[in-house]
Amino acid sequence: MAIMEFREAIRLAMIEEMERDERVFLMGEEVGLYDGAYKVSKGMLERFGPMRVVDTPISEAGFAGIGIGAAMVGLRPIIEFMTWNFSLVAMDQLVNHAASILYMSGGQFPIPIVFRGPNGAAGQLGATHSRSLEATYAHWPGLKVVTPSTPADAKGLLKSAIRDDNPVLVLESELMYSMKGEVPEDPDFLIPLGVGEIKRPGRDVTVVAHSKSYHLARMAAQELEKDGIDVEIIDPRTIRPLDIDLIVSSVKKTNRLVIIDECAPFGGVASEIAYQVQLRAFDYLDAPIVRITTKDTPAPYAKNLYEYWMPRLDEAIEAIKKVLYR
Amino acid sequence: MTDGTPTRTQAQFASSHTAELTPSLVGATYSHRDIGLSDEQVRAMYRLMLLQRRFEEAAAKAYGERKISGFLHLYIGQEAVSTAAEFAIRPDDYVISAYRDHGIALARGVSARACMAELFGKVTGCSRGKGGSMHYFSKEHNFLGGHGIVGGQIPIGTGVAWAIKYRGEERVCLTFMGDGAVAQGVFHESLNMAMLWRLPVVYIIENNEYGMGTAVSRAHATPDLARRALAYGMPSAQIDGMNVFEVYRGVKEAVERARREHMPSLLEVKTYRYRGHSMSDPGTYRTKEEVEAHRKRDPIVNLRHYMLEAGLATEADLEAIEREVRAEIEDAVAFAESSPLPPIESLYEDVYTDPDYPFLA
Repeated sequence: MAIMEFREAIRLAMIEEMERDERVFLMGEEVGLYDGAYKVSKGMLERFGPMRVVDTPISEAGFAGIGIGAAMVGLRPIIEFMTWNFSLVAMDQLVNHAASILYMSGGQFPIPIVFRGPNGAAGQLGATHSRSLEATYAHWPGLKVVTPSTPADAKGLLKSAIRDDNPVLVLESELMYSMKGEVPEDPDFLIPLGVGEIKRPGRDVTVVAHSKSYHLARMAAQELEKDGIDVEIIDPRTIRPLDIDLIVSSVKKTNRLVIIDECAPFGGVASEIAYQVQLRAFDYLDAPIVRITTKDTPAPYAKNLYEYWMPRLDEAIEAIKKVLYR
Repeated sequence: MTDGTPTRTQAQFASSHTAELTPSLVGATYSHRDIGLSDEQVRAMYRLMLLQRRFEEAAAKAYGERKISGFLHLYIGQEAVSTAAEFAIRPDDYVISAYRDHGIALARGVSARACMAELFGKVTGCSRGKGGSMHYFSKEHNFLGGHGIVGGQIPIGTGVAWAIKYRGEERVCLTFMGDGAVAQGVFHESLNMAMLWRLPVVYIIENNEYGMGTAVSRAHATPDLARRALAYGMPSAQIDGMNVFEVYRGVKEAVERARREHMPSLLEVKTYRYRGHSMSDPGTYRTKEEVEAHRKRDPIVNLRHYMLEAGLATEADLEAIEREVRAEIEDAVAFAESSPLPPIESLYEDVYTDPDYPFLA
């Protein structure tokens, strides 16, 4: 184990996979000479050269499609979006093409591609630069959606994503890049896609939280410990496929569920989990399921509005108390 | 065109191509042998064009009889483009197209049976009944689809060329599109990157004069679509798409340039579709006279006259080809009709490569 930043864990995953498999290459805006807009790919151009670490023009739909074409004929591209917000420019390529070609071709053309980059709000950046898109992309059959919450998860999940034969979207929370944690250095350290983790066992209430929200859940659990409330935190790690069995078994134990999620509330990840849990564990629920999400508006700029808009510690604590009727 | 003629640059564009449009193969200033085609290849070209025409006539009939559904965009009138392009490349080269894809798939060698069965939504179709008219695919033939979003296939074809270069292969990707796709942003993004990175891709605009019901002149500020290449310093040409030899010459030159120099090209092939945009479109935005004028330059009739004139075939030979093609299409329709529908279980197949993917209800 080594202590490293989230961004270093991602870089290590890419380096290991590129050394293992020459079909893997990295393409995106500023990934090469600039070392990555968030320095995720620092030093990779020097290591792999310009055919494998490829700087592109600002043409998201274009280079997303180039990745898909390359994947169709056997390469394994990693396409970096400078932020997932910009992926919306390329959404046709991701949804109509990457997600659909295997199916439309009757199984003839798998698209082994990874799209990755920073996701979600990262301070007062306004509405165009603050979206969390995991629910948007998880909506489309054909795509897998991965949302790591720790450096170790980032490495293990990204490596699995690169080895997966399907289009996998890895959404890295922008504010987590400098977060440090222990990371296994084994080049075959893989975390399977679709397998969640009980990150904090507890008996009183289940909190489901992924990516940056996991850390908010952790803080809430620490606070509530003082009141004698024992929170179980489930990190699904992958949004699609979703490890619903792990969540349901936890709810059957605690009988209460809070979901924290930085997506917009309408049709979000929290909404889907709430539906699945009431379907499978209705008789086990002792309180209505509560979700904490960003508010149902575009992201505001002003500091006070922004802080209110994001999922907050105080509302997470309040929600957990509410499902416990305390 | 490939025998030492210097590579065309954008500067030569204006003078060289529009003026070369020839009204007919008969009386052309060169013969098929001058451009490297054997007598046998010309006969095969004729047969291939006829196959596409008869295939689509049969498809239109089946659509009228409600045996097939969905959108059906017919290629009738444009057969010289797919045919000549196929003769200008090798089987190991790649081809990707938009939704008007029947002729292009047939030209690649996908069987009439597999193509017809796909229209009938049968499991024996070239996409196992999952794609339909707009989404033909055949890995075996290096035919990468069949794409239903206008312009969506352009960056994908560019990416195929990227992979060719990445692996150091001497292959080429032909990327077909209609005139409508030229207005999409990805067209420009793709051309920019293809030229920036010198990718072995040949973009072929099949300019059939209408993007759905909107004439090219009503949709494009500069209706000479080949000129868009000037902005990227990319070699380009405007070609008569009703003349199969002209298309062959143009594509061949571009393909050699892509293969040898990794230099992309943009070809605007001026063609015409006789039918509406799709089966639901009667095409009332065009006059009868306009359609008739184009029919007079029909690429199949054109080649037929040439073959008779040049002694490549007798009337009896051509009739024999016609009979053969009709039999092949009748067989394809019978095959499609008698093939089974995809089993319901196949609904969940090939969404992911994982056979055990946990779908949520």
